[in-house]
Amino acid sequence: MSNPWQLSSARIVEKTAETPGVATYVLQLTDDSLRRRFQFRPGQFNMLYVPGLGEAAISISGNPIQEGLIPHTIREAGNVTHAISSLSTGDTLGLRGPFGSSWPTELCEDRDVILVAGGIGLAPLRPVIFDMLSNRDRYRRCTVLMGARDPSGLLYESDYEDWKRRGVDVLVTSDRPADGWHGNVGVVTTLLDRLPLPDPASALLMTCGPEVMMWYTAQTAVARGIAEESIYVSLERNMNCAIGLCGHCQFGPHFLCKDGPVFRFDKVASILRISDL
Amino acid sequence: MNQPATSDVWYFPKDGLTELIRVLQEDGFDVIGPTVDQGAIVYASIQSAEDLPKGLTDIQEAGSYRLEKRNDESLFGYVVGPHSWKKFLFPPISVVAAADRIEGHWEFSTPEEPQRPFAFLGVRACELAAIRVQDQVFLKGPYVDPIYQRRRESAFLIAVNCTQAASTCFCTSMKTGPRCQSGYDLGLTELKDGFLLEIGSERGQQLSRSLSLRPTTAAEMAEGDLRRQQAADQIHRTLETDGLPNLLKQNLRSSHWDDVGRRCLSCTNCTMVCPTCFCSSVTEVADLNGDHINRERRWDSCFNPEFSYMHSGIARDSIPSRYRQWMTHKLSSWHDQFGTSGCVGCGRCITWCPTGIDLTVEVLAIREAAATVESVDRGTNHE
Repeated sequence: MSNPWQLSSARIVEKTAETPGVATYVLQLTDDSLRRRFQFRPGQFNMLYVPGLGEAAISISGNPIQEGLIPHTIREAGNVTHAISSLSTGDTLGLRGPFGSSWPTELCEDRDVILVAGGIGLAPLRPVIFDMLSNRDRYRRCTVLMGARDPSGLLYESDYEDWKRRGVDVLVTSDRPADGWHGNVGVVTTLLDRLPLPDPASALLMTCGPEVMMWYTAQTAVARGIAEESIYVSLERNMNCAIGLCGHCQFGPHFLCKDGPVFRFDKVASILRISDL
Repeated sequence: MNQPATSDVWYFPKDGLTELIRVLQEDGFDVIGPTVDQGAIVYASIQSAEDLPKGLTDIQEAGSYRLEKRNDESLFGYVVGPHSWKKFLFPPISVVAAADRIEGHWEFSTPEEPQRPFAFLGVRACELAAIRVQDQVFLKGPYVDPIYQRRRESAFLIAVNCTQAASTCFCTSMKTGPRCQSGYDLGLTELKDGFLLEIGSERGQQLSRSLSLRPTTAAEMAEGDLRRQQAADQIHRTLETDGLPNLLKQNLRSSHWDDVGRRCLSCTNCTMVCPTCFCSSVTEVADLNGDHINRERRWDSCFNPEFSYMHSGIARDSIPSRYRQWMTHKLSSWHDQFGTSGCVGCGRCITWCPTGIDLTVEVLAIREAAATVESVDRGTNHE
């Protein structure tokens, strides 16, 4: 068995500014055979390593079937992500992964699928959108509900028209009013409140964003008739080893790095509202 | 010389221990055993039986440990101290990976430090159980820790049956002792003038062929039984494990966490002395020019606030929440994660807590509070 601590060298082949403080880095493993072998499932993450500063767990925001290119959309939040933000195309960093559980795209066949994202939370869901676009016939109605604190936080906004044209509806909201914003104002659950749901029993919802947002999204979804077993959330805790051996990311009985980050809502619902767990 | 068969019990006199240690050394083992340092019995490299604590015993209570002279020459007349074998199998500091800047590019490696195989002399029943628990964590999951694996697979385990217990021991509640049942290569019981030796593995059998053993007498067997029974008889502390994982899951909002949180200093002692706690953090250690970096894994503790740090804040930012995390992990969620309790009943966390917090007492308090609530408002969901 290979050593789970072994890092691989990855080169930044493209860097795109997104929303304020957020950029997408397309990485490519420098080793040919590793590059060909690398595969991930939507919702999984990599550990990205800046020598001397450490690792950060970053979800993969790319297309699972696009070989060799591994995009990560990263917000500057701590030492490591701050250091990554100063890197440019051609620079290399370390990578371990992919790790963790994934969104249940295999359960989406012939179902209405709703993605609910808050801010940077759209990044781990983007691989599901790529899957919808590639396999549009397999899904029934595809809807993305996207909320941000203000309109400047609408991640991947320039892609929304393309997604809509290809059959993935996108509804957006801003938590606060803003100059020049004529769209919906209010938290993302207000979009879910009003979303036409002809067949909630067959709907499947995946959500990623702040924990409190995901909690209220799940409550709204249940109130709209979506089963708890058809709701999936992606949780976040301090991740250090990514292989279930360091203890940091524990949440109740779960290690978020290997049992998560994606959980079926009913598996974590009872512990989500216990403070400081 | 006699050729022992696997299940038999053999006898060797006290000075046979010198021979045992010498044979292990000749086989290339770094022999680790109990020694006295700073007023406590700790595990360290030993050269001969002379290094073992002779005629000493330990007096342990909640928040208290001291060594006293015995009125005999016993070499293993005490129980467990602040060290456990975890220190050798899962070292407090180890390099998991390294990065080297070569001509402007980073190259990554996972260095393998040469390590003499260990022979552990004096592994108690609760410690065999603790090693089994850590095997489950580091070797049996989807990812294997290569540092633990290398050290564990080559280690030679010589168990010693306890012939007495401390007031903090509760291995009988956790069904881990005091008798060493399996998981060792050789098993010893110390008698007045010698040792009973049991063979627990093929490796143990092979090594025993180099030892001067003779069959036991009925009197020696009886003396061994008596001494081992004495340890069992001295254990009075109990931890009721029946329904314990669920009890804690149903009492995550108990006010008792605040009560124990007021007494807990969050000092991490309990997690450092615990033979099963495995939390760690990797930190970056760079050379002066920053061209060579060791990724050092160090023991960490869920009692450190920054252990649960996220950019949005510290997940467990209060002592009650951290004590709850430690205890519910150890006694409840460990079962979900690894199919076993994380507690082996060694009592170290009780002895080495500077404020004398005793997890068996805390569990009892939660159990009794839950029973009271249940009888008051039966039928409501108070999760």
